[in-house]
Amino acid sequence: MIHDFGIVWSERALLLSGFANTAILSALAAVAALLLGFGLAPALMSKQPAVAWIARFFVDGMRCVPFLLFAYIVYYGFPTFGVRLDNWTTGLAALTIYNAAYMAEILRGAWVAQPREPIEAGIAFGFSEIRLFRRIILPPLLLSAGPVIGNQMIQIIKDSAFLTIIALPELTHAASSIQSRHYVPFAAFITAVFLYWGLCLVIEAGVGSVGRVADARR
Amino acid sequence: MSGGDIAAIFQGAIVTMALSLTGILIGLPIGLGLALIRWANVPFLAAVVTVYVSMLRATPLVTLLLLLFFALPNIGVPIDPVSAAILGLVMNTSAFNCEVWRSALMNFPRDQYEAAQSVGMRAGQRFRRIVLPQIVLVSLPGLVNEMSLLIKVTPVLAVVGVVDITRAAVRIGAETYEPLPPFLVAVALYVPIVFALVSLQRWIERRQQAAEAVA
Repeated sequence: MIHDFGIVWSERALLLSGFANTAILSALAAVAALLLGFGLAPALMSKQPAVAWIARFFVDGMRCVPFLLFAYIVYYGFPTFGVRLDNWTTGLAALTIYNAAYMAEILRGAWVAQPREPIEAGIAFGFSEIRLFRRIILPPLLLSAGPVIGNQMIQIIKDSAFLTIIALPELTHAASSIQSRHYVPFAAFITAVFLYWGLCLVIEAGVGSVGRVADARR
Repeated sequence: MSGGDIAAIFQGAIVTMALSLTGILIGLPIGLGLALIRWANVPFLAAVVTVYVSMLRATPLVTLLLLLFFALPNIGVPIDPVSAAILGLVMNTSAFNCEVWRSALMNFPRDQYEAAQSVGMRAGQRFRRIVLPQIVLVSLPGLVNEMSLLIKVTPVLAVVGVVDITRAAVRIGAETYEPLPPFLVAVALYVPIVFALVSLQRWIERRQQAAEAVA
């Protein structure tokens, strides 16, 4: 058994590049999905029925489709529409579009729960729309939605493992290739599990400190 | 894509449904058991459960499945794809269920428990008659939510060779050189199931809120 872990250690470069891919891919997807979510959330709450309906259809649709099937559809569907991307970009696009729907729903929920008074006070003080959003709406919104956004980031990391099916060289893919090359399944995959766990613990710690900031401000 | 291909995907759908149901039915009581171990603060075991839950919640199901499917035979436990699938689903969902049950247990009003003690109910009776009926209600939306999440990760079972919806779709795509249509059929099968569960969850939440408003 120790010997098996020795083999995994000797392949650490491969494993680390997989780990880096998982981390970078998840971080980029999280940021992009959050930004898209900020665009989608107002659409969900739009007073124009057509806009609200289209946004709702997209968000609820994504929430009912398994990510793995969505990744397959993006992977095979993009070329049909003449869009040719490499696996890495395709994976990033799939992760981003899919999770944007979840982020939009999270932000909408937190937005609706915000007290009206500060926003109305901001309007009364003559804040422009952008300043109102940036100074009055955004800070408490991010603080209150922080923990749920953190959970979604953990979900993004776990979703990124599904991208192994389109041969994206992420962590699970790296563990798979080490296992098939040396036949050390336990050592290879348990190492991957510990790396995923570490990544999620870091996010949980980050969410914890955001929560403390939020409590201090309350 | 021929009619036979669509029939093959439907056959895969039956496998997916059967495995999901098995995972849910085994995962629910195990999750409750794990939550009780943490709630009762059983020495040593509670710590083990805490680590187990934290780790399983962070592990993608693909990675877990590959670990079970390849590593168990390596240490002399032969395992077929279906057993690996069920084991993986149960391990995964029980960790999430544990958290749902546990938060219901943590919020359980202490005075009711003490009242039951004072009228001389034994521990088993207290749990069965007083605690369980109430925490089931409180946990229900969370548990239904976890069921929809579980169904959404089942396409991964195809990775270890279970012939479910996804594997049937992959196979047809490879045979016809048109991968997109079978995947769209697969999605069309998943969406109503997950949508039904999501709607069920919302309905339960709304009913409970209405009941609280009356009380």
